[in-house]
Amino acid sequence: MTDKDMLFDYLLRLGDNSLILGQRLAEWCGHAPMLEEDLALTNIGLDLLGQARMFLSYAGEVEGNGRDEDRLAYFRDTKDWRNLLLLEQPNGDFAMTMARQFFFDSFQYLQFEALSNSTDERLAGIAAKSLKETTYHRRHSTDWIIRLGDGTDESHERMQRAIEALWGYLPEMFDMDAVDEAMVVDGIGADVAALRPEWDEYVNGVLTEATLTRPEDSWSVRGSREGKHSEHLGYILAEMQFLPRAYPDAKW
Amino acid sequence: MGVVDREFEKLEAAFQAKVEAEQRIEPKDWMPEKYRQTLIRQMSQHAHSEVVGMLPEGNWLTRAPSLKRKAILMAKIQDEGGHGLYLYSATETLGISRDQMFDQLHSGKAKYSSIFNYPTLNWADIGAIGWLVDGAAITNQIALCRCSYGPYARAMIRICKEESFHQRQGYEIMMTMAQGTEEQRDMAQDALNRWWWPTLMMFGPNDSNSAHSAQSMQWKIKRQSNDELRQKFVDATVPQAEFLNLRIPDDQLKWNEDRGHYDFGEIDWEEFRNVVKGNGLCNRERLQARVDAHEGGRWVREAALAHARKQEARKAAAAA
Ligand SMILES: [Fe+2]
Ligand SMILES: [Fe+2]
Repeated sequence: MTDKDMLFDYLLRLGDNSLILGQRLAEWCGHAPMLEEDLALTNIGLDLLGQARMFLSYAGEVEGNGRDEDRLAYFRDTKDWRNLLLLEQPNGDFAMTMARQFFFDSFQYLQFEALSNSTDERLAGIAAKSLKETTYHRRHSTDWIIRLGDGTDESHERMQRAIEALWGYLPEMFDMDAVDEAMVVDGIGADVAALRPEWDEYVNGVLTEATLTRPEDSWSVRGSREGKHSEHLGYILAEMQFLPRAYPDAKW
Repeated sequence: MGVVDREFEKLEAAFQAKVEAEQRIEPKDWMPEKYRQTLIRQMSQHAHSEVVGMLPEGNWLTRAPSLKRKAILMAKIQDEGGHGLYLYSATETLGISRDQMFDQLHSGKAKYSSIFNYPTLNWADIGAIGWLVDGAAITNQIALCRCSYGPYARAMIRICKEESFHQRQGYEIMMTMAQGTEEQRDMAQDALNRWWWPTLMMFGPNDSNSAHSAQSMQWKIKRQSNDELRQKFVDATVPQAEFLNLRIPDDQLKWNEDRGHYDFGEIDWEEFRNVVKGNGLCNRERLQARVDAHEGGRWVREAALAHARKQEARKAAAAA
């Protein structure tokens, strides 16, 4: 891999994370537990979509093959997607959606904080803008973890089940492969492995306040950095990419 | 005539004089019970329409054909949810709670605009909804900005500002499709064919058959009649369709030089009644989706409430 290839891949990871999670949140549209939450979820989805567009446009420019944000979003198949496995998991109930959001927001907050000091100015700019948005997202999902964890018996049970169902997808966030290492050496990327202690501290604090039990590290799955995904991603893409694929000559 | 009746007549006369003088009625002001009931019916129906209206558009959100279109559509749907929120709060000033309004919607007692019982079948439907449905809504809502009930009029002013963006993005989708490939043109024409007549029905029955109109006009809840507003919409929209080179599905549509308006064909009121009655393609799904969201979200709302109570109890204990 050349430096250019590595930066391209790195930007895809960032863009794909935001896009796939935004797509999942869009599925809630009109179905949230209350109108205020419908608005909040679309708000967060819109932020994520905006981030995805900035990262993917930049990725396309770095690659230099004329692929723009839409070419990258609509004409790649599963093996070329780089989003974390966590983010493609189905919405489930509201507890599941919020747990997924919380784990990612609290990771993304630290990652964007680090990336806003990137030596790559454009990346630093996108990260700084996204950090502001993620600060709000993290507050929103944190509040729900606490409300549902320390709410009724039913909500507590649902939330405990959700964090257990997602727990094994979390170690992947902190993996470092050759691309991550190279990006760190160049001062472009974030050392995500080093974010783990601070992430643990934040998450533990919230789980305690929510009266939830931190699950045992009994299982973990990984593979997204090499394009190995769960079966869910194929369906997300089939739905998302349908129109441009069915009518490849059309402009929209 | 008793003292109470005379007192009532005096209040009613003063109320009507205030309305005639174009002064706004505010929540604390005296108002006839029927005025209050009419407003609750109309405003809650309006709020429900904003919220149910999120569903047909949300149907294409995950399939929007470009990231930019997806973002625009998401922002648009979010606006509609926001409109629902303002309108529910404005209606609450009349002494009904949001939960009561939801109960009325879910039991079928309260209605929402029947237009949302039609399905969105291709991407151009998203264009047609913005262009035609939001266009018709704006025509109605501009008239409502001068409604006699203060909170409703103010909500409408706020909402109208956002609506013109909705119509523009819809028209832009139609334009792109109409100028696109043959398949896209077909989708655009198909969407116009399906949405044109239901949009005209949005203005309600002809004036000669409108049950609530006369009283609402007298109270200045309504400022223009159904037929006047419908005509205004047709006159504004026909040239826009011509510009797109799309055909409006009405053989009788023709400019009338004498009237200075377009003449247009008779609306199929049988279809209108039929869809209102529950026989549209999506009536059951739309309502069920709202009921499911509400029922399915009950445990979340209860948890939020339980947590807030616990917090308060802790605060009280700490203060004691
Ligand atoms: Fe609206
Ligand atoms: Fe609208």
